[in-house]
Amino acid sequence: MPESAYLELRDLRVSHGSVEALRGISLSVNQGEIVALLGANGAGKTTTLSTISGLLRPSAGAILFEGRPLHTLPSHEIVRRGITQAPEGRRIFALLSVRENLELGAFTRRDRAGAAATLDWIFELFPRLRERLNQLAGTLSGGEQQMLSIGRALMGAPKVLLLDEPSLGLAPILARAIFQSVREVNAAGVTVILVEQNARAALQLASRGYVLEVGRIALADSASALLRNPDVQIAYLGNGE
Amino acid sequence: MQEFLQQLTNGLAVGGIYALIALGYTMVYGVLKLINFAHGELFALGAYLGFTLLVTLGLSDFMGGVGVVFLLLIFAMGLVAIAGYFLERVAYRPLRQSNRLAAVVSALGASIFFQNAMMLVYGTKALVYPGGILPSVVVSVLGVEIPLIRILIFASSVLLMCLLFWFIHHTRTGAAVRAVSLDQGAARLMGINVNRIISLIFLIGPALGAAAGVMVGLLYGQIRYDMGVGYGLKAFTAAILGGIGNIPGAMAGGILLGVIEALGAAYISIAWKDAIAFFTLILILIFRPTGLLGERVADKV
Ligand SMILES: Nc1ncnc2c1ncn2[C@@H]1O[C@H](COP(=O)(O)OP(=O)(O)OP(=O)(O)O)[C@@H](O)[C@H]1O
Ligand SMILES: [Mg+2]
Repeated sequence: MPESAYLELRDLRVSHGSVEALRGISLSVNQGEIVALLGANGAGKTTTLSTISGLLRPSAGAILFEGRPLHTLPSHEIVRRGITQAPEGRRIFALLSVRENLELGAFTRRDRAGAAATLDWIFELFPRLRERLNQLAGTLSGGEQQMLSIGRALMGAPKVLLLDEPSLGLAPILARAIFQSVREVNAAGVTVILVEQNARAALQLASRGYVLEVGRIALADSASALLRNPDVQIAYLGNGE
Repeated sequence: MQEFLQQLTNGLAVGGIYALIALGYTMVYGVLKLINFAHGELFALGAYLGFTLLVTLGLSDFMGGVGVVFLLLIFAMGLVAIAGYFLERVAYRPLRQSNRLAAVVSALGASIFFQNAMMLVYGTKALVYPGGILPSVVVSVLGVEIPLIRILIFASSVLLMCLLFWFIHHTRTGAAVRAVSLDQGAARLMGINVNRIISLIFLIGPALGAAAGVMVGLLYGQIRYDMGVGYGLKAFTAAILGGIGNIPGAMAGGILLGVIEALGAAYISIAWKDAIAFFTLILILIFRPTGLLGERVADKV
């Protein structure tokens, strides 16, 4: 049995009803790194993150975090263990205020002082959120909603942050701002798994990357090698434009 | 004017009762998208447990007044909350992943079960709450004579609703309840234990229903094993009127329905009382299909 990495997925199989979305994937994440997870629509990226977060149960395989099984825990225990997610489509609570959304991100935390400090940090990362604090989250612009979704996930003081297409639907300048904040979050010691359509930006941030193809890992390499890989360039980097 | 204010206060008292029951329907619908058909029976169970404490256990022999009412409420609310908790664990939770129809059938089954259980234990004849628990005093407000009991009942229902509103809007657990009713998956990503929140809702909703049951006993004196059907239907109407799933909507819908019904009975025809309630519902749904306060526009960007 090889020693397990910080976060490790071993031969994971996951189905949505009769559709097998993950057909045995293995990947590992080291503490403190950013790992990019790339792949076409329907490849299984969201399914992977949902399974890590405990929203889906694998039919086979295992997930280990800090050497202990994660895939047997309910989702709220997984948050307590230190893994939070800003999900695909942001999923902010539209009828709750920005403040309430952020407070819910800290739902599992009991240290009020710590949560207040995290909130200050989030305001540094995303000053817009401070201005919008008492607004209903549903009234925010798309970019602000994404900031809120990430901020909310950070309020749980995660060790590992899962980001599912944070730049989707954002203007380039906003997308760049989001990527920059991901860099800062990582610099603060948070391990990141980044799912992105914008493969180039993701690989520029990440140290390593995995490419998913219909539920299997097609490629696993360092980010710089993936950026140079001709197959990746054609399929995911718009032919090296 | 006298007549109008009389009917208005009567409507407010009944409306407060409808509102309390409606909250149970709307909160369960909010998180599970399920109509808890057994909720009317839990309301009736509250009325019966109040009767048990008063008569069988003889509380009314020992004391009277507001203290008794308080004890009745606590007793009935506590026990019915427990019944609600087990109802969800036994009848609904095992079917959470099944199709909707299974849960509906289970809800109807639970409703029949509770109704028959009350019939077996308490009989088919109406039971009578002993009189004189609350002094049958008439209070003069702005020259209008209003029975004290109506005021007390309306005030108690408003107090309970304020407590609920405060809980939902100003506590961390309350925010979690709202989060679960907006997006269960996202709520789970926050580390919220959704099953716990659902259990909590099946404690609170039935407890409020039980309070309403005791109030009906106090206000009208008579209770029957099948009283949950009629009141349940009215309260359900009120929940839809206010916008099902919406807590302030259930409060407003209940009170509005009570008032419209009372005024309609007085000025149109008492025989049309129920028809007026449903006619109001139809009218409002034509102009506001989501109910009075239902679904404020949620920006989905
Ligand atoms: N709730 C669901 N029910 C049934 N099938 C699903 C469900 N969610 C995903 N799938 C299927 O599982 C497969 C993987 O989907 P997934 O959402 O994980 O892909 P993805 O890589 O995140 O794609 P995208 O880039 O479009 O977000 C797809 O074939 C998809 O159709
Ligand atoms: Mg996806």
